[in-house]
Amino acid sequence: MDPILSVSGLVKRYGQREALRGVGFELRAGELVAIVGPNGAGKTTLLSILVGAQQADAGSVQGARLQSARGVGWVPQQAALYSKLTVRENLRLFARLEGVADVEATVARMLEQTGLSERADERAERLSGGNRQRVNVALGLLADPPVLALDEPSTALDPGQRARLWEFVGGLAERGTAVLFSTHHLGEVRRYASRAIVLADGEVLFDGAPAELTTGGEDLESAFLELLQAKGHA
Amino acid sequence: MRALLAKDLLVLRRSRLLVGVLIVYPVAIALLIGLAISRSPGKPKVAIVDQTPPGQTVSVGNRRVPVSEYAQQLFSQVQPEKVSTRAQAVDQIKSGKVLAAVVIPPNIAARLGSGLKQAKLEVLYNGNALEQSLVQAQIESALAKANVGFSEEIQRAASQAIGALLSGRNLGVLGAPELIGLGEIAPKLHAIAQRLPPGQDRKTLEQIGSFAGFASQNLNLAKNVLATIGQPIQIQTRLVEGRRTPLDTFAVVVAVSISLMFVCVLLASGGVALEREEHTLARLVRGLTTRGGLLLEKALLAAACSFVLALAMLAAIGGFVELDWGRFAQWLAALALGSAGFAALGVAIGALAREARAASLLAFGLSLPLAFLALVPSGAVGAGLNDAIDVISFVFPFKAALQALDAAVNGASPSLPGPLIHLAVLAAAFGALARLGLRRAD
Repeated sequence: MDPILSVSGLVKRYGQREALRGVGFELRAGELVAIVGPNGAGKTTLLSILVGAQQADAGSVQGARLQSARGVGWVPQQAALYSKLTVRENLRLFARLEGVADVEATVARMLEQTGLSERADERAERLSGGNRQRVNVALGLLADPPVLALDEPSTALDPGQRARLWEFVGGLAERGTAVLFSTHHLGEVRRYASRAIVLADGEVLFDGAPAELTTGGEDLESAFLELLQAKGHA
Repeated sequence: MRALLAKDLLVLRRSRLLVGVLIVYPVAIALLIGLAISRSPGKPKVAIVDQTPPGQTVSVGNRRVPVSEYAQQLFSQVQPEKVSTRAQAVDQIKSGKVLAAVVIPPNIAARLGSGLKQAKLEVLYNGNALEQSLVQAQIESALAKANVGFSEEIQRAASQAIGALLSGRNLGVLGAPELIGLGEIAPKLHAIAQRLPPGQDRKTLEQIGSFAGFASQNLNLAKNVLATIGQPIQIQTRLVEGRRTPLDTFAVVVAVSISLMFVCVLLASGGVALEREEHTLARLVRGLTTRGGLLLEKALLAAACSFVLALAMLAAIGGFVELDWGRFAQWLAALALGSAGFAALGVAIGALAREARAASLLAFGLSLPLAFLALVPSGAVGAGLNDAIDVISFVFPFKAALQALDAAVNGASPSLPGPLIHLAVLAAAFGALARLGLRRAD
């Protein structure tokens, strides 16, 4: 299968510090890829470049079905929505800005898909953290993107909300959306990801199935720490 | 941009407290400053203890100037509260009924009449250092004016006495014999001398006549000098260019400029900073809109809101203060460019501050001193500080907006095009600064 997204040689500098050092990988339709790494590894920087929120200093992001960065749906770590607007108004605004053909039909579909129909006319400031995150995901999916990037999507959620989120994201991947998510929870990587990319100090240390990390029979967390140590990033 | 504008208007409509504060606070501050500028300080309330015996006068030649003239001069400079004793005056100061007390001693006439000793008054103050300083300045000014007025009375009397000396007659005293004036002695003596045979007597008489002429000329000069001593330098004021702005219409311009600045800077800075705070900035600038487009939208909204508010203020104040409605088109130009300058400053603050509270604080912290610095009259501070104030006022839009509105409303100098160009340049510069501040979207 042809890759839906090809990333090669991405470099990003903040002053003297290199946040990304020649990062490259490919993503195919239906894949659920986890980006893991310690704090400051460059996970958020990588995702923000893929979605077009930041420019890379070098390297490229290409995809056959990507007309622009908007071809990658984005779910940032903190819910990016207007507190004073209702759920419906938030979805309607961003659907218009995304240039969606039928705004009202798209809003209705997203409300239905994310289970927010009953909360549609509530202001975002009155929603729980879990429901805000649902709106956040819905906003990322408005343009029906072939690729969805989620930055630590389950951080603020309770276990029940987390399970519902992954059920929803898994469904998207089954329907052919390529999903890329960053996380600190190695349990989520083991349970939901079809592939893991380990990033440390802006470098890709590992790219493969999570099971390949644990060839010695140890648990994923130990295997992850051993990998960092072996590559000199402990 | 239309979708974002509609969103921001909806957010504003739902933030009623914010909108209320945003309108009421600057309008209240502007009106207070306007009132403070347009109303000159009132006369201080002063207790006056006049211990001089009734009808006492100061003798100047054959004229008598009543000491009560001095008290009258003083009364016209203050709000007088007559009290009988010094103790009563002290009580009134302590209770705060009066700011100060002036005690006119009983020997004032004797001292003035002696010509050797200065008359002395006692002035009593109370209150804190600032109050004392203000009151002292006001009382000293009032006493100085009263002194000038009273000395003019004495000079007039002295001048009349000299006049009588020169012209003679009966010196203004009924029933007194007609006296010959000093001015007539010289010609009369010269005429008599001409009739005498040459000799020592004629020569002596001519010398006396010459002295009388010399004395008459000098006394005449002294009389003229006395007339000018009361006000040795007369002041004539001329405006170099433009026309004089009445204080009340200038206060209107100040009040409107301050409101325009507060509303515009706060709305623009808050609007941009809120996009960061809601984490929506990164979502927007990834292709949904450009950074420049977003800044323009925030600036337009803030400029439009503040423009409407300022115009409404001008129109409302126009009901009480006479404004030249024939210059309406110039009002619009000044308000439009003024709001553009403030909006650009606001979006720059919002882009640099990164969160709404910091942006609001920075906007307030910057706007108030800018307004006050722009109102400091040149020459009121030292040259170095004045230069620094000029530079600060030049690189921020308040002074240019104030000048533009003053030119538009009052036809004041500098004329309108200069400040408008200045505002346009500042708007472009702050717009560029805002664009730089928004480079990082996180």
